[in-house]
Amino acid sequence: MSSFSVTEPSARSKWFAGSLVILYALITLVPLAWIMLTGFKSPADAISYPPKVIFDPTLEGYVNLFTTRTRQTDDFLAANPPETWYEEIVRQYDMVIAGPSKFGERFLNSVIIGFGSTFLSIFLGTLAAYAFSRFKIPLADDLLFFILSTRMMPPIAVAIPIFLMYRQLGLSDTHLGMILLYTAVNISLAVWLLKGFIDEIPREYEEAALIDGYTRFQAFYKVVLPQAATGIASTAIFCLIFAWNEYAFAVLLTSGTAQTAPPFIPTIIGVGGLDWPAVAAGATIFLLPVMIFTVALRKHLLRGITFGAVRK
Amino acid sequence: MTETPITRAAQATPPPMARKIRGLSDRAIAWIFVGPTIFLLLAINIFPLIWTINLSFTNFRANRPNREVDYVGLRNYERILTDSDIWLNMQATAHFLFWTILLQVLIGFTLAYLINKKFKGNDLWTTIIVLPMMLSPAVVGNFWKFLYQPQIGLFNYIVAFFTGKDPSSFEMLGSVDLAPWSIVIVDTWMWTPFVMLICLAGLRSIPDYIYEAAEIDRASKLRQFFTLTIPMVLPFLMLAVLFRGIENFKMFDLVVQLTGGGPGSTTELTSINLKREAFEKWRTGYASAYAIILFVTVFGLASIYVKALNKVKER
Repeated sequence: MSSFSVTEPSARSKWFAGSLVILYALITLVPLAWIMLTGFKSPADAISYPPKVIFDPTLEGYVNLFTTRTRQTDDFLAANPPETWYEEIVRQYDMVIAGPSKFGERFLNSVIIGFGSTFLSIFLGTLAAYAFSRFKIPLADDLLFFILSTRMMPPIAVAIPIFLMYRQLGLSDTHLGMILLYTAVNISLAVWLLKGFIDEIPREYEEAALIDGYTRFQAFYKVVLPQAATGIASTAIFCLIFAWNEYAFAVLLTSGTAQTAPPFIPTIIGVGGLDWPAVAAGATIFLLPVMIFTVALRKHLLRGITFGAVRK
Repeated sequence: MTETPITRAAQATPPPMARKIRGLSDRAIAWIFVGPTIFLLLAINIFPLIWTINLSFTNFRANRPNREVDYVGLRNYERILTDSDIWLNMQATAHFLFWTILLQVLIGFTLAYLINKKFKGNDLWTTIIVLPMMLSPAVVGNFWKFLYQPQIGLFNYIVAFFTGKDPSSFEMLGSVDLAPWSIVIVDTWMWTPFVMLICLAGLRSIPDYIYEAAEIDRASKLRQFFTLTIPMVLPFLMLAVLFRGIENFKMFDLVVQLTGGGPGSTTELTSINLKREAFEKWRTGYASAYAIILFVTVFGLASIYVKALNKVKER
């Protein structure tokens, strides 16, 4: 860049803009930081007034998140001294750990359903996007608009018949049912984004491959797929984040076996109401992977966020 | 077709073998590739939609599947459109939509404008601002409920700190006046970055030479802003409003976790009301009609809006 440019902002306006943006970013971070701090507080510290910024950190919230506890008699407690650090934390309330809580299972469900539906959306979405990009399909524009318009329906509106349909087919509260449902929701985004990425790969590459004797299939997976890898990866992240965060379908269609973490976290109850440190610990564990993903992959996320409307 | 070694070889090859070499025809491949996606969407989106339309003319109740089902014609629709409570839900939704979109556009555009000054480290700070929108709305709603707790909540403490009010003198989620604003605040916190990112893309799409030309014409900075920047970003901004509008019309998870629709029904947005009718009162037929009305409303408004957007783009 030349040293004198009319479009380059002055140092002073840069400094001014920078400080305002940083101020906003810091305000944005306060709720997130607060929830992470709360995860390391004792229940008493979590609800003290004025709010405590400096406190004795404890892993109580995390222990409560992963375990269920029962109250025991003094005799029992005296006869069985605590063996582990987490037993010790529980003992200060005259309790013993009765077993693992359901959080682990729910978290695992989120992982299975998230990755399952992402894989399926990307698999089907890439095929469809390639076909839309390369072949003349009758009514292609209408089909693409139809695919997109399925996202305008409120989830609750779709949930009524899906609830009835899944009850008939025995898919209620199953991993497969949730994977299929999330795939159906995600695939519209996947097809739109991937079509954009594949459109940008020059056709000449495949045509050269076809002339060299490749079949269409071979040209597709040996030439086009490697070229589209970045686009596929960033689309996958979006599908994964959607499935990971989804709540409405999960709360209506699952209750046990296939329940994911979002409907579960708000229901963690402690002694006398919500156990805020445990809820905060659950939220932290659940949200942290997404935050790390976002920061690490920020360069590839912009296009997905804006629904493919924005091209570099 | 001219005779080339390739065509000659092709003609010399017997048909079955040629098929093996060339594989399936492009047309067949196109249908194999698109088919599963269309099938899935038909099975999980369109078939349910048709089912909903059908249910909307009945008095079916999903908790009593064995009861005889009667077709009641348009009665469900009539009852919904004349029900004053539903108009209250619509008003709550309109309030939520109007204020979230207004605030997000103002703050989002301002942030994008500032970030576009390309100060040092701007992409890191942009990423930090983007964080809230990547998170699970239900979990976000849940922990904002904690921040909004009367007396002990951080939000009340901070407001009290800056205004000198007694932190136990107001309840964000418990009071009829403040609850509609509590959901606007959280949604704005969460989704302003989305509007910001789209505006940023719009700002970055404006080529530098336009400003250089304006500078040569001695247009003032203010004038450049209103006659160049704003019109060039407008289509992007309108797109952001469309996406936010559709999303917030469907709003469920965040608000259900924050207020559950209360107090009373002050924050009972249409989706929450719909969920209540369908899965708590089990008036399946009635709720189906409600769902159809909502879908037609979103679809209709979105189509009109897209037409307007295209006009702006043409200019």
